[in-house]
Amino acid sequence: MNALARHRYHRAAPVVLVLLLLALITGVAAAVSTASSADAATATTAEDAAEGQKLFAANCASCHGLDATGTDGVAPSLVGVGAAAVDFQVGTGRMPMQSSGPQAIAKRTQFSEEEISQLAAYVASLGAGPAIPTAEQVDPELGDAAKGMELFRTNCAMCHGSVGGGGALTQGKYAPNLWETTPTHIYEAMLTGPQSMPVFNDANITPEGKRDIIAYLKAQDEGSPGGLRLGTIGPVAEGMWGWLVALGLIIASTVWIGARSS
Amino acid sequence: MGARVNTAAAGTANWVDERTSIGGFVKFFARKLFPDHWSFMLGEIALYSFVVLLLSGVFLTAFFVPSMTIVEYDGPLATMKGVEMSEAFASTLHMSFEVPGGLLMRQIHHWSALLFTAAIVTHMARVFFTGAFRKPRELNWLVGFTLMILSLAAGFSGYSLPDDVLSGNGLRIIEGVTRSVPIVGEYISYWIFGGEFPGEILIPRLFTMHVLLVPGLILVLVALHLFLVFLHKHTQYPGGGRKDTNVVGLPLFPVYTAKAGGFFFVVFGVIALVAAIFTINPVWNYGPYDPSPVSAGTQPDWYILFVDGALRLMPGWLFDVIPMEWEFWGYTLSLNILTPALILPGLFFGFLALYPWIEAWATGDRGEKHVLDRPRNAPVRTGIGVALISFYVILVMEGSNDIIANLFHLSLNDLTYFFRIGIFVIPVLAFWITRRLAIGLQRKDRELVLHGKETGRIVRHEHGEYQEVHEPLTDQERWVLVSYDDIAPLEIEPEYNDRGVRRKGYRWDRFKQRLSRLYFEKRISPVTPEELAEAQHAHH
Repeated sequence: MNALARHRYHRAAPVVLVLLLLALITGVAAAVSTASSADAATATTAEDAAEGQKLFAANCASCHGLDATGTDGVAPSLVGVGAAAVDFQVGTGRMPMQSSGPQAIAKRTQFSEEEISQLAAYVASLGAGPAIPTAEQVDPELGDAAKGMELFRTNCAMCHGSVGGGGALTQGKYAPNLWETTPTHIYEAMLTGPQSMPVFNDANITPEGKRDIIAYLKAQDEGSPGGLRLGTIGPVAEGMWGWLVALGLIIASTVWIGARSS
Repeated sequence: MGARVNTAAAGTANWVDERTSIGGFVKFFARKLFPDHWSFMLGEIALYSFVVLLLSGVFLTAFFVPSMTIVEYDGPLATMKGVEMSEAFASTLHMSFEVPGGLLMRQIHHWSALLFTAAIVTHMARVFFTGAFRKPRELNWLVGFTLMILSLAAGFSGYSLPDDVLSGNGLRIIEGVTRSVPIVGEYISYWIFGGEFPGEILIPRLFTMHVLLVPGLILVLVALHLFLVFLHKHTQYPGGGRKDTNVVGLPLFPVYTAKAGGFFFVVFGVIALVAAIFTINPVWNYGPYDPSPVSAGTQPDWYILFVDGALRLMPGWLFDVIPMEWEFWGYTLSLNILTPALILPGLFFGFLALYPWIEAWATGDRGEKHVLDRPRNAPVRTGIGVALISFYVILVMEGSNDIIANLFHLSLNDLTYFFRIGIFVIPVLAFWITRRLAIGLQRKDRELVLHGKETGRIVRHEHGEYQEVHEPLTDQERWVLVSYDDIAPLEIEPEYNDRGVRRKGYRWDRFKQRLSRLYFEKRISPVTPEELAEAQHAHH
């Protein structure tokens, strides 16, 4: 066998070939999928809106009405809420609503990315409203966490807690924890004001300010420098742990010391 | 080697003794007897966490700057870059993130503060439920009570020092409460804050209070507290040979010195462990103080939470009809703040402070007591104690109402309505149920003394009768169950004498009789030797 052939039939050759093939597939798939999501965020076609209308009629119209103008006392009109509202409500699984209650609960998403963008395209075609933000608008890397802290404290912390751990509102409603929420959904929530949340339009908090807030929330992913966070709900949790763990352990040891006595 | 060490130690001791005559004191203290029980160590937890507080506190003062001068942050924390803050807050961040071990020390300090207050309350509950506050220890109860109040002052002043949003909100509430005092409230508030809230002098003032005044007072009162324990001798639980006239226990040296010394390290160890694992008071989350923002989950540390709860509980309008805020001649009377934040804690703490005198007066039992009560043998006192605890716990839960609502998916409003009714109903229920349970346990004790323990062994007699064998108690066991006071309710003179003339002071006597009956009417008397002999006779 000559040198080339020996090389060609190297023991590792099949493994290397499989790995190369896998890398190729992943690369193509990634390229295709980012391309398609970029498309979804920027341009939607009339065809999408038509598909969206079908989805709407099948899944949303029972409450929001066939023409999406809402039903009194049941569901609001969706004319002019924009693609951002649909992407938030459907993308976080809040819509379609599972049951009526104090507020819609976030749950597993019911639709694929594509279906959500079709629904959004349909609702956006009903009237002008806020669009889904671009990837650059919500990139925490581009935001200033310190400015975000100040904005968050003034505008968000009274309901969502000092670092977005969540908090109670009246009559069983609540401001959810924000640590698992994606940057896009956080941005859309500020823009559209879902449930009890007020709308923070661009005059109220600038697009850069919104990005700073996202940067501040994403800075919480690093955890607490002090150790376990006890839910970051403040002194109530600390007090409970103080009583149960610290005093509990010590009293258990007094009983132990007392048991070995006279 | 051992002999040489001994000689050296003896030589040193002798040298000191010849110059100070301390040998006599050492002998006296070393031979002082103490009874043994795990619950007697609860006060020690408070003492030791106070020592830990002093040690870690000294470390923190080396880095903390008690100043409200505004600076711009340029430390390592990304979320605070360039933010304006007081030097107090900046130095807290500095000691947390740039001083090696600083954050651990801060967390040790804060966790031991929570433990200090919790241990004091637990110790106080032990003293209350066992009747250890009775003559001659009423004064020491008062000293301990004052220490408890001082621990709240120490805690709150320390909690406010970092000048973060959370503690600043707490101070804002204190300011509001101060202002609710009629007429003089506003003057007091101006005097505390040196003008309008928040002013620029509060942090230095709180610092002096926190590191000098309050700990100094605590140290003096702790010394007095321990001196009185020595003077009165320690109380003991009922048991074989234990009487009001003796102390059954072990000498301080060597057993207790070893136990107490070792226990200090247990307490320190647990605090250090908890502080190393769990974040406490993450001021970097709350940010520097600014009077405008208030975040969700804003609560004080647990020991002040009951005041917050009382404020949350209080309606602004009674039944939506009667306003709780009135205006007279230009002065505002804010009953909606005054009642929950000052009157209610005043009554609660006043009752607690005076309870030794209240009980002695109500029961007429004024003898010296050195043997403790088992809680079941004082059903009314135990009931009152549990009622007070339930009252306090409801306030704490109302103070945490938003946290509870959020965690358990409940309605915040419903919780508050529930607690508004519960605050009146639950303590009464707690009193009644506890007293019932105590009386039930007393009956069980009587049964045990009279008929012994059930052995589960069934014997068939010759004439065919089946009987379970009961095993009589040992003398030691019986002693515990029968040695308590049996006081009959007060008997009073009749309202009219034999000539039909109404007696002066009858109504007052009848009131005292009712009190006495509350305490003693449903009492279960301890088994007398005669009853025991009779019961044993019946068994044979």
